[in-house]
Amino acid sequence: MSQQRTVGISDFVVAKGPDILVTYALGSCVGICLYDSKLQIGGLSHIMLPDSNQFSKNEINRMKFADTAIADLVSEMRRLGADMRRITAKIAGGAKMFQTQPGSQIGSIGDRNVDSVKQVLKDLHIPLTAEDTRQNYGRTIHFYLGTGIMKVSSLNRGTMEY
Amino acid sequence: MFNIYEELNDTHIDVLREIGNIGAGNAATALADILDDRVEISIPIVRVTDFDTAVNALGGAESMTVGVMLNYYGDANGMIMFLINMDDAKLVMKILLQGYGEEDENEITEMKLSAIKEIGNILGSSYIGSIATLTGLQIELSIPYVAIDMAGALMSVPIIEFGAVGDKVMFIEESFSGREHNLKSNVVMFAQVDTLRIIMERLGIGI
Repeated sequence: MSQQRTVGISDFVVAKGPDILVTYALGSCVGICLYDSKLQIGGLSHIMLPDSNQFSKNEINRMKFADTAIADLVSEMRRLGADMRRITAKIAGGAKMFQTQPGSQIGSIGDRNVDSVKQVLKDLHIPLTAEDTRQNYGRTIHFYLGTGIMKVSSLNRGTMEY
Repeated sequence: MFNIYEELNDTHIDVLREIGNIGAGNAATALADILDDRVEISIPIVRVTDFDTAVNALGGAESMTVGVMLNYYGDANGMIMFLINMDDAKLVMKILLQGYGEEDENEITEMKLSAIKEIGNILGSSYIGSIATLTGLQIELSIPYVAIDMAGALMSVPIIEFGAVGDKVMFIEESFSGREHNLKSNVVMFAQVDTLRIIMERLGIGI
């Protein structure tokens, strides 16, 4: 029996197939699905902010930031036996929910989150195999650890499979 | 983790609630003018709560919601967001646009969106106006921005912009009732860390 587990905001969960990991209503946040297909070990992280560096190290929730969350997620997967050389990534989210005036600071965070997630993955040599990012709508991710499929659903655009 | 919302005591919460009451009163007057109806607003329920609780109060993370967002800036900085579920939003639009040839309830036209945006604008201005009046602070408001999407996705925007330090929000829930209709809306207020402190200091109950 597969078990469905919910990943909250600034949270991540690691599990094995055939479990399903879900995270709801990503706006400017980004959901990162990491997967070792041989062992069916996968993790889903829901980050809010691009970079932990401007915050003091001992006060932060590491699962909130792209850099620290992905690093910790990878460690947790490796602890369960996942091989760094096999881990691949799929990501979704990073939308601009409100169309603000050009030049406004507000609303650019989605893009910055996506850029940062990609950079962190690149630095860790994790290949990005699929993405459903940016644009202007909210997304929910279902990540199927039996197959590695990431399903992305939204209110008006149906469901996409990656 | 440092979180100013956790330093608020009952007196502070009472003050926020009173600001909410005054704001809601101003809003009721303004809405009554527009809706050409007597609009009564319940005593708002003001809660300082975490993100998940606020989203659940809106009907769950994925529920279709209309959000109108305004930035405020000047002596106080933050965001205020008016949220209303899709069914109630349709009712508001119907009342507002009676006789304008916008009878198809399920079609969201530009005109209907502007109407909802204006309601959000009025509510936002009423709250911010009441804070400015009570504190003597100079506070400006941006134009309103509107979006229709999942409640959780809409609320994540101010959470990200102003929730970087803590994860708590100020959540105001109020019910509006006119002659024929009752509807519930929510206003969520986000303030920069310094802003709540300044407001409380101005009101003589510094944190």
